[in-house]
Order: sequence, then structure tokens, then C-alpha cells
Amino acid sequence: MRKLTFKHGIHPRDHKSYTNAIPIRMVEPPELLYFPVQQHIGAPLDILVKPGDKVLKGQKLADSTAPVSVPLHSSVSGTVKDVGMYMHASGVKVPTVVVENDGQDTCVEFIEHDDLDALSKEDIIKLIREGGVVGMGGAGFPTHIKLSPPPEKEIRHIIINGSECEPYLTSDHRVMVEEPGMIIEGLHVIRKLFPQADAYVAIEANKPDAIETMKAEVEGTDIGVLTMQTKYPQGAEKQLIYAVTGKEIPSGSLPMDVGCIVINIDTATAIARAVKQGIPLCRRIVTVSGTMVSKPGNFSVRIGTPFSTVIEAAGGIGAVPGKIIMGGPMMGVAGHSLDVPVVKATSSILLFDQEEAKAGEESPCIRCGRCMSACPIQLRPLYLNAYALKGDWEQCQKENMMDCIECGCCSYVCPAKRHLVQSIRVGKQQLAKRK
Amino acid sequence: MENHNVIVSSSPHIRAKASTRSIMQDVLIALVPSLISGVIFYGFRVLWILALSIGSCVAFEYLWQHLLKKPIRIGDLSAAVTGVLLAFNLPVTVPWWIPVIGAFVSIIIVKELYGGIGSNFMNPAMVGRVFLSVSWPILMTQFCEPFIGHWFGTTDVITSATPLAILKSGEGIEGLPSFVTLFLGGVGGCIGETSALALLLGGLYLVYRRVINLRIPLSFVGAVALLSFLFTNGSLSPFDNMMYHVLSGGLFLGAFFMATDYATSPVAASGQIIMGIGCGLITFMIRRFGGYPEGVSYAILLMNVATPLIDKVCKPKKYGYVRRGSSAKK
Ligand code: SF4
Ligand code: SF4
Repeated sequence: MRKLTFKHGIHPRDHKSYTNAIPIRMVEPPELLYFPVQQHIGAPLDILVKPGDKVLKGQKLADSTAPVSVPLHSSVSGTVKDVGMYMHASGVKVPTVVVENDGQDTCVEFIEHDDLDALSKEDIIKLIREGGVVGMGGAGFPTHIKLSPPPEKEIRHIIINGSECEPYLTSDHRVMVEEPGMIIEGLHVIRKLFPQADAYVAIEANKPDAIETMKAEVEGTDIGVLTMQTKYPQGAEKQLIYAVTGKEIPSGSLPMDVGCIVINIDTATAIARAVKQGIPLCRRIVTVSGTMVSKPGNFSVRIGTPFSTVIEAAGGIGAVPGKIIMGGPMMGVAGHSLDVPVVKATSSILLFDQEEAKAGEESPCIRCGRCMSACPIQLRPLYLNAYALKGDWEQCQKENMMDCIECGCCSYVCPAKRHLVQSIRVGKQQLAKRK
Repeated sequence: MENHNVIVSSSPHIRAKASTRSIMQDVLIALVPSLISGVIFYGFRVLWILALSIGSCVAFEYLWQHLLKKPIRIGDLSAAVTGVLLAFNLPVTVPWWIPVIGAFVSIIIVKELYGGIGSNFMNPAMVGRVFLSVSWPILMTQFCEPFIGHWFGTTDVITSATPLAILKSGEGIEGLPSFVTLFLGGVGGCIGETSALALLLGGLYLVYRRVINLRIPLSFVGAVALLSFLFTNGSLSPFDNMMYHVLSGGLFLGAFFMATDYATSPVAASGQIIMGIGCGLITFMIRRFGGYPEGVSYAILLMNVATPLIDKVCKPKKYGYVRRGSSAKK
């Protein structure tokens, strides 16, 4: 079969072999866990506990009545030690609940819903929200909102995104190999909401074992397992939808506007757990990799566990890392410290040595056009960069800067090592402000 | 564990290996076959001209950047590339000061005055050649008869009529060299122009290394081929006329190495095709109707000047702008 794909993009070395064959290991929850209150894109939460309170695993620590919000749950049982400002992975201090783990893992009562047919659509949406489910691919957008399109938008395709196109990352890959049943259960839940829609699991060709397990899992159903070409950013929503359906999302619109919903692999398992087993989002799978890590692999980590605990489980590190990256190397965020907690959106922790961490010196653009050939949106990054540096926002607008998905392809290929995406990000903020 | 050795920078955190320097290195490698053919046909003086040209290009760039307290960028090898290209556009008989003056024009006036690498709007080596041709037309057209025999004797300066000059006048067609000679080398001309084969090898190496793509070279050579096939001169058959036009003069050097110059050619695919066709058209018009037998240099310079305009008009089709009607693929 022809492998599905999108136009342009890049082929970076994937570095996945460090971790893609190793089964997921558990990280024992430490004594102290830190829960930054804001773990989704949307309204801030109200903290429901105070120091000294006993909490159970699965108990809400914070919630809000605002529509675009999801509750945050404790991932262990124990005592609230502090509610205060603590360092977040992004390098700023944010309101955080600190829980002292009693090691008992005493849970709140999880209410199971084995029979999906007994649930209404509203029930399902509510259960997903109450389960604290957000997009696990990194964005952290509340999933129940994504699954509640306005009634006039007809959803025709549900795509489970198993592309995992970022180099190094293999957490979705391992989940597909180890828990294919949970993914499909999550998909069944979503299909209850959109009975007319067809459903696909889209996987990049560099994960043959995952393609095989998923194919075996969907045997006899109408769910399609699609092999996608290995190319970055195959897993970006716009590119994935184009590859699968041949449709382009018009500028400024959402996937639902072309009848599509894209759900990440681990989000699908979180949906299954939240709805069918009543278990809220308490853990996530984190890829720990990079040259500095002695025993790289994927880890099942309780939300709130400090990075340092996770790194220890991965064999620890000998020297000071040159760079700490949360998320993939193409779109992830560089952090300052390992004394920050894993949150719902922490898909990976990558530690680079000093050598790899060097960005290379910026030199003048030679107009080689590589950034243009790489850009999956077909913008002209060299001009965006020049206009942004000049502060010419008018021209930035004309060059459709707002359509940039910040995938990083342009900076990746630039032989002059120009910081193209960085300048575009600044420009987008300026444009957003001017609106 | 707050640590200041930890680098915090914006994504992406990995970069492709290719750098400006590695690209220029590839161009230099691609020019080696033509250099060898130049030495074979014109003797060791080629190396002297080459050394003068590269040396003065790099020196002028260094001096400029040093005096103006700008970052020194000679390490990116772009000045060296200009030096080689300039030398390739000179006859081997030129006196020593010709490449030095050419280098000054190329590097200082065309490249650095307009802001250095990437900012010049005309191809430096090309302007260098045209400037020298206009200022010292005799010196710039004293092509020595190239033949392997010069290895055994002295190189006498003979002003031989180039195939293009013969084609233009339409006279003395029996004096035209064979296609094989044209293709392998051995016709009077500039140092780097003599062997179409050597230029092709280098050009294809650049395509293989993805330094350039075939859009400009193909549309450039293609346009010249088509026009010369359609409009013959004198008693030549259309095919013969086409072959002479395609294989003679600086067409391959221009099409693969000069017109593809990043700074002075369009960035979009469609623009590059327009650039190539434009170059081919102008080259043919000059060769056929203009005052000079050769038009590649002027054609490229004219299209260089048109490049900003082409870039304005030719933009790629962006994702999400034209609705595609196709439905879901199964
Ligand atoms: S301009 Fe934006 S969308 Fe295009 S390659 Fe760069 S980061 Fe990606
Ligand atoms: S890749 Fe870099 S050097 Fe090449 S055109 Fe784009 S910005 Fe300029």
C-alpha cells in the first residue's frame, strides 16, 4: 500500500532505537509529589485542599466551574503538606499543591461503566472531564472540549494519532505495543459520541511492531490502521488530516471544520480509563532519553513526580546536562532544572550533553530556500524572519505568519543556523496583540 | 539543582548538519572537474590565475570585514567560490592584474557594499566578468588555442574565433569543431568553459548533494535548445545548430553554477523556472541578434535584477488557502 503522507517536511535522524524496544517500567512514586494547579490550556483552577488535609489517590486537588477546564487529581494518597508557589518546568513559579505520599495508594472509589450503551453522550463528556483528561501530545487542551463540537459541525473522521514523529520519543509506540486494547477501548468511547464517523489509527512506518499489534487488535472491526510515511511533522494535526483525508484545514479553522477529530494515543487510553474504569488521569508515560541518560527507556510516572526521581529510575546522570528538554527535540521546551514535577503534558525528558546542546552560531541568510522547501505550511520562513527582526508586522501578516505551526522544520534545515521559529514565535505574539 | 551550564534556548533543539560552509565546500568540489579540464587544455597557468583570483577575493573580503569591524566570515568559503568562478570566466592569457581587479569588483562592489553574503542582488563573479569584458575587451577575448600539444611547446596567444562567433556570422561553418570536441573540451574559451562534460559532472554532483535543484539549469538549457532548434542560422541543420548552441560558450557554467546562485535567483520553485527560461531566452536573443557572440553573462545579470520582482510574484501555494475538494481516501 502507498504510504500516506503530507507535502514537504523533513527527515531528521529519529534516535528511537534507544528506547523503542524496552518495555515500559514503573517509577515508584517518591515521598513528596508536586502538583502545579494549572495543567491544561484554559481557565485557572480553584484549589480545593489545604495543608494538613488527608487526600486519597484519585481525589480532586483543584477544579473550576469554567467550561474550558479540567480538574486535577492526586496521584497518590497522603497528606497535603503545602500549598504555595513552586517551580514549574517552564521556569516560572506557579501555585502548586505538595502532597506527602503515605505509600498506601488508598484510592477513592472508582465507579466503573462497563456498558457504554447505558451512558448518554453528555454522561461520557462529563466522565472525560471529571477524569481530568487533556491532550497528552504536549498541548494539554481539555479533551472533553475537543470532543464537544457545536452540533452543526458534522464529524466524519476520528483519527487516533500514533505517528509520534518527533525524534527520540517512543512513549506512544510502547503504549501501542503494550496496551493496544486500551487504545481501542478509548476509540470506542469516542465513537459513541460520533456514531457516523469512521475511525483510523495512523502510525508511522518506522513502528512496524506497533502497526502489527494494532492491526491484530482491530481485526474484524471497521477501524482502519493506516501506515504513514516516516516524515516530520507527520503527527501535526494539519499534516495528519491532510495525509489521511486529503483535506486541508482552511487557515484559521479547526480540524472539526473539516469533520475531523485527532486524538493522541495516550489520550485515548486516558479516555478509556476515565470512562470505563472511572480512574482519573494520575499517571503518564514519559520517554527518558538523550546522550546523558545511562538507561534510557519509557516510564510510567505518577503525575507530580519530580524529574530527578524519574532520571534516577533511568540510571541517573554523571554530569551536568547541557540541555533539559521537555517534549520532543523539535518542538519541546528547554528547562532550567530537574527539580520540577512531571505534569499531564510531559511527554518526555531528554537530556543532551554540552556538545549536543550547542545551537550553532547564527550567520546571515544565504537565500538557499531550504526553509521554504521544508515548511509543511509552505510559508516563506526566510522572509518571516527578516520582517520579524525588522518589526515589520504588516509584512508578517501578509506572509501569513499566523499560519505557522511552529514545527521547527525551517530552523532545523537552515544552513545559516538562523533562529527562524524563535523570531516567528515573537512575531506571532505581536500579531496576536495587534488584533 | 539550578545550574547555569544548562542551556535554555528555543526549539528546535536539533539541527541538520549542513552549514553555509559545507554547502560552499560542495560547490568547490563540484568545480574540480572543470578545473582539471582547464589545466589539461590550457596548461598550468590556469592554476596561477586561479590562485590570484581566489587569493584576492578572500583577501578583499577579509580586509573589508576587518576594517569595518564586522564579523570575519571568510571561513564560510563563499569568497573562495566567487574566486573560482571568476577565474573560470577569464581566458588563461589575461595578465595578473585582471583577476585582482575582477575580485575587487566582485567582492567589494557587488557583494560587501550590498551587505555581504546573501544580500547582493547580482552574481559577484558575473559582474566581475562583465566589468572586465567591457573595460578590457581585447584582453578578455584572447583565447588561446587549446590543445594537448601545448604541454610540449609554448602557449602562443592566438585569437581564435569561438564557435559562437562563427555561428553568429554564419560564415566559416566548416571551421566548427566536432560535437565530441565541444563536449569533452578543447575549444577556445574561458578557463572553466571548455569542457561541457566536466561542468555537467560537477553540476550533477551539486544536484546529488541537493545543493541545487535542476529547475534553473534544465529550463535555462532547455530554452536555449528549443530556440536554437527553431531558429537556425545559415546552412546548419536545426539539430546541429541546437547542439552548437547548447555545448558552446559558458552555457553549462552559467546554467549550473552561476544562475543557480542562491542570493541572486528566486527562492520559489515556480520562480526558478521563470528564471531559467528567462536566462535562456535572453541568452539566445543576444547570441542571435545582439552585439556580442555570447550572452550568458548578460542574461544571468538581467534575470538577477528581475529576481526580487519574481520573488514577489511567485509564492508557493500555502496550506489551507485553496479548498481542495477531494474526499477521504480509504
Ligand atoms: S515557518 Fe512555521 S510551519 Fe513553516 S517550517 Fe517554520 S515553524 Fe514550521
Ligand atoms: S534556510 Fe536559512 S539560509 Fe536558507 S533561505 Fe532559509 S533562512 Fe535563509
